[in-house]
Amino acid sequence: MSILLNENTTFIVQGITGREAVNLTKECLEYGKGAKVVGGVTPGRKGREVHGVPVFDTVAQAVEHHGGPIDGSVVTVPPAFTKDAVFEAIENGIKLIVIVTERIPRADVAQMVELADRHGARIIGPNCLGAIVPDVIKMGGIGGPAKDAAKAYSPGFVGVMSRSGGMTTEISSTLTAAGLGQSTAVSIGGDAIIGSTYTELMPLFEADEETQAIVIYTEPGGRMEAELANWVTENNSRLPIVAFMAGKFMDEMPGMSFGHAGTIVEGKADTATEKIARLREAGIAVAEEIAEIPGLVKELVGEKVAS
Amino acid sequence: MNTVAENLFIDVKVDAAVAADPAVAKKLVEACPVDIFAAKDDGTLDIVTKNLDECVLCNLCVDAAPAGTVDVIKLYE
Amino acid sequence: MRFFEYESREIVKREGIPVTDFGFVTSADEAREVAERIGGPTVIKSQVLTGGRMKAGGVQFADTPEEAAKHAEDILKLEINGHMPRGVLVDPKAAVKQEYYAGVVWDGIRKKPVMLFSDMGGIDIEEVAEKHPDHVGRGHLSNLMDPPEFRAKEVIAQTGVTGRQLQRLTPILAQLARVFVKYDMTLAEINPLVELEDGTFVALDAHMDMENEARPRQKAILKDLGVGDEETREAREATPFEIAGEEVDAMDHRGVAGNVTEFDGNLGLVIGAGGGSLTLFDAVRKYGGEPANYCEIGGNPSVAKACGLAKLVLSKPGVDKIAVMMSIVSNTRVDIVARGVIKACLELGFDPAEKIAIFRIPGAWEDEGYKILEKYGVEYCDRSVSMHEAAKRAVEKIQGVAA
Repeated sequence: MSILLNENTTFIVQGITGREAVNLTKECLEYGKGAKVVGGVTPGRKGREVHGVPVFDTVAQAVEHHGGPIDGSVVTVPPAFTKDAVFEAIENGIKLIVIVTERIPRADVAQMVELADRHGARIIGPNCLGAIVPDVIKMGGIGGPAKDAAKAYSPGFVGVMSRSGGMTTEISSTLTAAGLGQSTAVSIGGDAIIGSTYTELMPLFEADEETQAIVIYTEPGGRMEAELANWVTENNSRLPIVAFMAGKFMDEMPGMSFGHAGTIVEGKADTATEKIARLREAGIAVAEEIAEIPGLVKELVGEKVAS
Repeated sequence: MNTVAENLFIDVKVDAAVAADPAVAKKLVEACPVDIFAAKDDGTLDIVTKNLDECVLCNLCVDAAPAGTVDVIKLYE
Repeated sequence: MRFFEYESREIVKREGIPVTDFGFVTSADEAREVAERIGGPTVIKSQVLTGGRMKAGGVQFADTPEEAAKHAEDILKLEINGHMPRGVLVDPKAAVKQEYYAGVVWDGIRKKPVMLFSDMGGIDIEEVAEKHPDHVGRGHLSNLMDPPEFRAKEVIAQTGVTGRQLQRLTPILAQLARVFVKYDMTLAEINPLVELEDGTFVALDAHMDMENEARPRQKAILKDLGVGDEETREAREATPFEIAGEEVDAMDHRGVAGNVTEFDGNLGLVIGAGGGSLTLFDAVRKYGGEPANYCEIGGNPSVAKACGLAKLVLSKPGVDKIAVMMSIVSNTRVDIVARGVIKACLELGFDPAEKIAIFRIPGAWEDEGYKILEKYGVEYCDRSVSMHEAAKRAVEKIQGVAA
């Protein structure tokens, strides 16, 4: 199976008439079994179509046209309008919201997340490429055009979570080349505050029978890795985890941001060195290079089978 | 600074009769996402050499003009 | 984006938190005037965006206006951790009865602001938290309502503070939380927050950081404080090479070819995207390479922009070769980047086959890109060669190990 989405998942694209959103819609429609993109929203553009997807002025109109609840929304509106768009999605009963937009102030993100919590909705991102269930469905720009995504992603038992959208694909492609497919790959976003951290997605992977191992891509900055290390220590997870840490050079350059908005060393706990130590203490394998990841996964899954 | 050609990778050939037709020129200007085409004062077609290498191979110009009158050439082939 | 103390104090003051009658000045004469206005002993504080100013001699006490002027003159010339002061703050020397700490920061895991309070002010809060945990109060704030007074009261009461002190400190901490939210701060701190001998409460020092992403919507306050768009307030000032990098990125609005950071090695890097750049920079170093720069390409930049970035890196003194590498691309196009970097070499009079140590960008339009690279004899590889292997190859070539 998969987490977050499956072939029956319905979603809309908010900001669908934007240049990138038009491409993203096409990619999702063409990938795997073809996503059920049941509508798009751009205020003032009601009545248009984007690759056959009807455009509405409001989320409520899209829900009404669909004739029932819509599962998800991909939000690709400019930063100043994102909070309102996400509130609109939540208030209209949407339970899975992928926020693609970058450069949203974290106070806005925190508000969206808190409102989502109160409604039992989940946010992925912001500053992310969404999620993909190989050969089935993708929600967001993850993996790019259908034929490129098909080259990198293959179905299998590894759950992938990454703070970098591009590295989600690089790692999945490396796994695919080694004969290891993915159950679901999630680009969780590169900001300081995101809707779903590794730890918050772990129980979903835990509950997914298909998933047998986890691979995460991590960076300096924030407490997300420490949170995962704590979770792994406190919960007897059945899933072995392999991590890769990028940005080791940043340890020498406190106060400077590289790569993503949330990637900055402000204190000792933010450093790559410290995070690697925390992850290892919790029994998480840390790969020195991407190419080592498949070997480590096979080893750890093999150990589990043997024990 | 060395002088190298402004376009190293892409060239566009437009049929002379078509280039002289302001109606087609207008279509080409609108079609190209990277501004390779411009209209001269008299409405005929001008090719903006410095933008040629920005061509994204979308073929929208080829589709916009009468069949066989616009040719996008990859200079690296 | 970090604020100077004098700016933080100004923000606190305009939001109704009491401060002493301070003056920000940039000359000894002005310092004398402020000290005369204040009357009595003063403190002269260096205005730098770095810690440790007390230790470095950047804070001095004066009994007379003449002394204040003398100290100001010295401090204005004093470099602290590589930073020259923006000016000095002249403050009345306060008769302090008790020092407190009040602060608000983000908790990225709970995704809420958290208020912090201590009755042991004047020292680093992390140190207090470690050595005297019972003297630190904490409380999270909901993002969906205005910071309520009762939460501030709870936080202060945790440390055992009660009576008139609790009543007077509560509105100050609550107001600090409102300042934090209103101005998109990532840190808002008053340390020390003091009770003076006369029983009044004032902020003696303040420290604030505003989130960079919020600068567009915080233009009004930034304008009032005189902070221009060009002031990045990064940990270190941008070098001319880095400023030139920003200009390349600003050439047009298509994609990103920027975030250039200068290093002093001989291998120029044209790398991307966000996570890919972090991985590749580490990889080059792992194999003994010395990068001349860090940068990020992404979001499908124009040929001109990729070319501009490559030219900038190629022209950097000491750069022998460049390595063009990215994680698998799905939006950025391989052929567009290939055109850009080859064009950069040719326009500078270099042979691309010689100057480009390796080209490792797999993904969208790769077949078209590889045709271009073939034609110019540039060594390239696809996704079957890992990012680390590609970095290693580039290092070997620049060190002359490989032919």
